[in-house]
Amino acid sequence: MKDFARWAVDTALVRRATYADVRVVDIRERYLSTKNGRAAQVRESQSLGLGVRAIAEGAWGFAATDDLTRASIDRTAARAVEIARASALAKKHNVQLAPEAKIVDRWEAPCQIDPFSVPISVCLDLLLKVDAALRQVQGVTLAEALMDFRRIEQFFLSSLGSEIHQVKTQTGAGYVATSFAGNEIQRRSYPNSFGGQYQTKGYELVEELDLVGNASRIAEEAVALHRCDQCPTGVRDILLDSSQLGLQIHESIGHPIELDRVLGAEANFAGMSFLTLEKLGTLKYASDIVNVVADATPAHGPGLGTFAYDDEGVPTQCTPIIKDGLFAGYLTSRETAAAIRQTRSTGAMRAESWNRIPLIRMTNVSLLPGTWKLEDLIADTDDGIYMETNRSWSIDDRRYNFQFGTEIGWEIRDGKKTRMLKNPSYGGITTEFWNSCDAICGPENWVLWGTPNCGKGQPMQTMGTGHGASPARFRKVQVGVAYPG
Amino acid sequence: MLTRQRAEQIFEKVLKYCTAEETEATIASTSYALTRFANNTIHQNVAEETSVLSVRVVADGRTARVSTNKFDEESIRQVAEGALALARLQPPDPDLLSMLGPQTYRAVDRFHSETAGRSARARAETVSRVIARAEKDHLTAAGVFSSGATAFTLFNSRGLVAHHEETHSEFSVTMLGESSSGWAKRTSPNWLELEALELADRAARKALESREPRVLAPGKYTVILEPVALLDLLGFLVLDFSGLAVHEQRSCFTGRVGEKLLGENINIRDDVFHPLQMGAPFDGEGVPRQRVLIVEKGVVQNLVYARQTAKKVGAQPTGHGFPVPNEVGEAPVNIVMEGDRTSVEEMIRRTPQGLLVTRFWYIREVDPYQKILTGMTRDGTLWIENGQVRHGVKNLRFNQSLIEMLGQVEMMSPPQRAAGEESFEMVVPAVKIREFNFSSLTEY
Repeated sequence: MKDFARWAVDTALVRRATYADVRVVDIRERYLSTKNGRAAQVRESQSLGLGVRAIAEGAWGFAATDDLTRASIDRTAARAVEIARASALAKKHNVQLAPEAKIVDRWEAPCQIDPFSVPISVCLDLLLKVDAALRQVQGVTLAEALMDFRRIEQFFLSSLGSEIHQVKTQTGAGYVATSFAGNEIQRRSYPNSFGGQYQTKGYELVEELDLVGNASRIAEEAVALHRCDQCPTGVRDILLDSSQLGLQIHESIGHPIELDRVLGAEANFAGMSFLTLEKLGTLKYASDIVNVVADATPAHGPGLGTFAYDDEGVPTQCTPIIKDGLFAGYLTSRETAAAIRQTRSTGAMRAESWNRIPLIRMTNVSLLPGTWKLEDLIADTDDGIYMETNRSWSIDDRRYNFQFGTEIGWEIRDGKKTRMLKNPSYGGITTEFWNSCDAICGPENWVLWGTPNCGKGQPMQTMGTGHGASPARFRKVQVGVAYPG
Repeated sequence: MLTRQRAEQIFEKVLKYCTAEETEATIASTSYALTRFANNTIHQNVAEETSVLSVRVVADGRTARVSTNKFDEESIRQVAEGALALARLQPPDPDLLSMLGPQTYRAVDRFHSETAGRSARARAETVSRVIARAEKDHLTAAGVFSSGATAFTLFNSRGLVAHHEETHSEFSVTMLGESSSGWAKRTSPNWLELEALELADRAARKALESREPRVLAPGKYTVILEPVALLDLLGFLVLDFSGLAVHEQRSCFTGRVGEKLLGENINIRDDVFHPLQMGAPFDGEGVPRQRVLIVEKGVVQNLVYARQTAKKVGAQPTGHGFPVPNEVGEAPVNIVMEGDRTSVEEMIRRTPQGLLVTRFWYIREVDPYQKILTGMTRDGTLWIENGQVRHGVKNLRFNQSLIEMLGQVEMMSPPQRAAGEESFEMVVPAVKIREFNFSSLTEY
């Protein structure tokens, strides 16, 4: 891999690139799923290729190939430089990068049990046990379960002299019970919706999740939702479980802090951000108890945003995003950091694969735990709704007006969790919502969730991000908004 | 890109190494380039060449798929043998079908060599002209201009060979003013049909028309949806038109096929051969795609079926299956919705009060059976009063049942090819709809 990368950088420099970096990436994936008692998908894939990013005449070019012969690599590197020269036809200024040091290192994410070493029959047996437990509950009309394993090996080499070899293993697993009855489709998922839980670790994640042990409860809830009351409409206090809060963080904090959005680079597709530059250090983003970090360091945990170096060769960091409620930092690249005169990138540039350029992506954007115990928080709530597991999510292109729905809710009356509620939803304005947060649960309820499907960029790139959160309470939120009167 | 001859050689090697009862191989080859601009400058400019071999086997009533982008002898051997090994590790599927034999396909011509060979310099020159258009009105332009080609061949050991080549191009542009924005997009197999400057002009006019947007109270309003706004909503129905989805009771049409659910004026079909459509004339298993009339006069009359679904429910395959194995089954991906003769301008003239919506953003399903969707307006939401566009309004959030909405369509334009960001391209009209439900607004 190193030789391929070296050839490409050398060729780009010979072609008079002023900067070049190359990523050789090898991704292996195994995806297993079951549906209603049968294997639904059993597939594996491998993708190996090389992408060259170059600056020439003050502008960017990028070219990628999966033909790793010497001639093809030289041709691809030359093409990256040629494309950069074409970009220069419509440039306003030369690209400037924040300084970065040369790094030579190798890092491998901890992985106790290589998921590719676990026999497929063992995985399918487990998924089919879950499936059987789900369908044992009368009223479940569809049972679906999956496991998803990825191993990503990457060699990064740049004209600064950096040579960085990283290996990550990611594991995901989860299931959903669907129940159709009357004029309703209801679903319950475990441990999270839209694929389950994903982390940068091995098969040990599957063993930790106790998939079978939760299946009956999940199936029973899916069926019971048909019989329970609709979530009321009005203004209520709400408690969000940690997985829903993880997605709330993703959409209403993680995306708006991407500096490329703020500066307009994503204006045509993903949108921009309400966090314009004058708000840095001045905006009261949230209540005083809210502290959020963007932390890609392994010390934060095995999130999908955990790594040692980003795809520009910048070491990972823990960046304060909201400090005691005050907006404190952006996610940046070397180029955007230089654009706002910061001395260094926060190390957030990542690419989906060898054939895509790195973009600013969330790392692990997490809400730091508070001090409440969940049972005390419920006991402290007179009239509220506890909402669990995301069902729908939507936010405007500046990340300001949002609306979420969850799979299930529970009414809280006089400090007690009472009746089940179906079709819960809530909505609001980002800063008003975060400023209404008055209680955050402690580390014992804190979970580092993986969002494996975050889309951004043109061509679209899908990236995994991490979001740690424990349940929290928000006062006077508009609920029931998704169902027109 | 790999030639068809080279693809045949690769398939011969796959067969050499694969001892399964049946073997299928798809070989897809792509050459793609995209120029991206923002802040009136090109900031990202990329190109890629890639090919993928995907092998599926059937052995003892089991199937599995393994893919690679390496084409050396050893990689092909590993993929072929790996697929068989993977298949043997799972329980048998009594519903699994044998592979399809040779088929005949109606030819479609969707390859334009000028589009395949469009250079970065040529794209940059077009972008420069679009930026100049933006600067003329003190606007800021952002967008993409892409072009490329794909070749796809599906072989199986029962003698089926299905081959399709297609070029693709896209231009989209957002024009940003101080307090407003406008947007336009077009895709085509032929880059000459993009008309980038016309799109830039349209987006610029939208940005200028919607300057200094005013606050509009949430509520139910008459709306005129431009074709792309309609298509991004309709995209949420395509998986519900699947025979397997109805059979598994996860479709909003479960128990409602044959009922009059939508308006009398709603007619939707799937037609890959429509001159404004794109795509291959066969599905993921090589079944020839058929034209299917899905909704006729507001009644869901027909669904689409992959081979396995068709056998399960006693229907005929329609050529809409995804590559096997998959969980979804099938979907219509060449939607054509009938329109009428009323232009958007005429709809505006005949509207006492209402909103013109350029496009929606971040649409998500709130309720899968009532088909309630939520999302935001974006890039040009304009207030109409007494038959004229008066001013822009701040963007609004909607919560609206798609099924109810398709019962409230009052006027339609002739259908046109439209391309959005939340669904694939369709041929759809602009529509005027009464009582569209907006629930909240944003500051932008």
